Amino acid sequence: MPGLEDLYREIILDHYRNPRNRGELEVPPAHRVEGFNPLCGDEIVIYLTVDGDTVTDIKIGGQGCSISQSSASMMSAAVKGKTVDEVRELTKSFKSMMSIHEHSLEGEDEPAEPTAESVAKLGDLEALRGVVKFPVRIKCATLSWNTLAQGLDEALAGA
Amino acid sequence: MALTDTPHGGRATDADPLDAAAIAADFPLLGTTSHGRRLVYLDSAATSQKPTAVLDAMDRYYRTINANVHRGVYDIAEQATSAMEAARAKVGRFIGARSTSEVVFTKNATEACNLVVQSWGRANLAEGDVVVLSLMEHHADIVPWHILAAEKGLELRWIGVTDDGHLDLSNLDQLLDGAKALGVTAMSNVLGTITPVADLCAAAHAAGAVTLIDACQYVPHNVTDVAAWDADFVAFSGHKMCGPTGIGVLWGREELLDAMPPFLGGGEMIRDVRTDGFTVNDLPWKFEAGTPPIAEIIGIGAAVDYLEGLGMDAVRAHEVELTTYAMDVLGQRFGDRLTIHGPADPAERGGVLSLAFADLHPHDVAQVLDEHAVCVRAGHHCAKPLMRHLGVSATARASVYVYNTPADIDALADALDATAEFFMV
Repeated sequence: MPGLEDLYREIILDHYRNPRNRGELEVPPAHRVEGFNPLCGDEIVIYLTVDGDTVTDIKIGGQGCSISQSSASMMSAAVKGKTVDEVRELTKSFKSMMSIHEHSLEGEDEPAEPTAESVAKLGDLEALRGVVKFPVRIKCATLSWNTLAQGLDEALAGA
Repeated sequence: MALTDTPHGGRATDADPLDAAAIAADFPLLGTTSHGRRLVYLDSAATSQKPTAVLDAMDRYYRTINANVHRGVYDIAEQATSAMEAARAKVGRFIGARSTSEVVFTKNATEACNLVVQSWGRANLAEGDVVVLSLMEHHADIVPWHILAAEKGLELRWIGVTDDGHLDLSNLDQLLDGAKALGVTAMSNVLGTITPVADLCAAAHAAGAVTLIDACQYVPHNVTDVAAWDADFVAFSGHKMCGPTGIGVLWGREELLDAMPPFLGGGEMIRDVRTDGFTVNDLPWKFEAGTPPIAEIIGIGAAVDYLEGLGMDAVRAHEVELTTYAMDVLGQRFGDRLTIHGPADPAERGGVLSLAFADLHPHDVAQVLDEHAVCVRAGHHCAKPLMRHLGVSATARASVYVYNTPADIDALADALDATAEFFMV
């Protein structure tokens, strides 16, 4: 049976206690997007500046549990300065680590296990791997990523 | 008019009249373990555990008299029908209904609220009409009104909540002025607050408003008398009162139900169907389209028998006793690190304790409690307007029932200690 230490790794608690990129950006030029976890009431606000094809700045607001907050904090650090394609790739790797695969009902493909390479790219985010063993908490970890994906789509559509 | 703050129902006693440890033995699930420890179930406000008597009654139906109701003339069909209608009579007596015509079965309390809003509301409300709700309401008594308000252009007004966790009735007369309906909870599922339902109904009626009482948290824990409340509609569910899921109850004043259009259409709810229309069945079947949840209705009847066997006065006294113990123990052990939302006096509240612990998120608290086999609910409890009012996104909620003992509260306190240690707060 998974223990609490699998879920609450030290680096997660560090990001929870000292969240990175916390705050707001001026809208516009930044884009603002909100995400909700209807299950537990967690709320996240992401401010995103996309310049050309690069995420030049990101700030995080809202409130939530240690898993959702640390995931958002680590995400902000990981995507800042990355290109949109790199961010989308990272999102895919992260969600794959969370055992979330974009299933197609027609597809024959077995979802690929996350590769060592894709996990390596996740850096600190790898600490969230233990969340998979606590299925109810997966939505906490992915809230910021889903919200970011929505924000990117909106920011690019509006550009 | 002036309203007193006296809550309906609650009163403390010196001694606990229930032997909760013996009662727990009636509930098979409470004898199980989780993470290798004795299961400590403190989430009865979400759903209660089920006693063997309820499980057996439902099983007996399926094994010995399973047949559709109000149709066959054969023996088991008649037995099934009479078992179902006997359960309706039990439920009606349990809440002080005048007749079984007033007891409508739904799939849950949420559907009961939707029935009132979609049937009574749609027929009786028009653009600009006012509906008064409270900030303590569960989403089930908010969202159906939002849906109709968007469609019809209704105005929603909100009764506030005081700092000590009661409804703020200081401006009730203004809020009710010109209102057509009042939707209010009898007991908050977050704060445990027992509201003055009889006074609220009197004030609403004086203003010409119809009342919908959400009694989901109240009925399982208190003596309920819809006539003494002088309410118009009362909604509650079976699964929070030792009964099964999938069964809710709408009690309604007969003359109102009689005048209302049907909610769902289909079999059972009709008297005649022609190519050019239909006529409706008598109450309460007019509101029960399709094959009803027969086993669940028999189950809620058995739950009523079980609770009446304990005595609802005794149930309430036990919970006041246990809530007092919990507030004392948690207050002594955690002091300022722990906040219990809602009224400070156990006589003014039910056994629902929404906790804020240090600066920890409720989800994280509940996760560590789970490791200690202590089951509590973490989240917004389907009451987001109240959460916003309290300035929190969620709470960890421990709630007690007939089978909980002081040992369960001690287990909660020990697990909170472990939580503090784990997160170093």
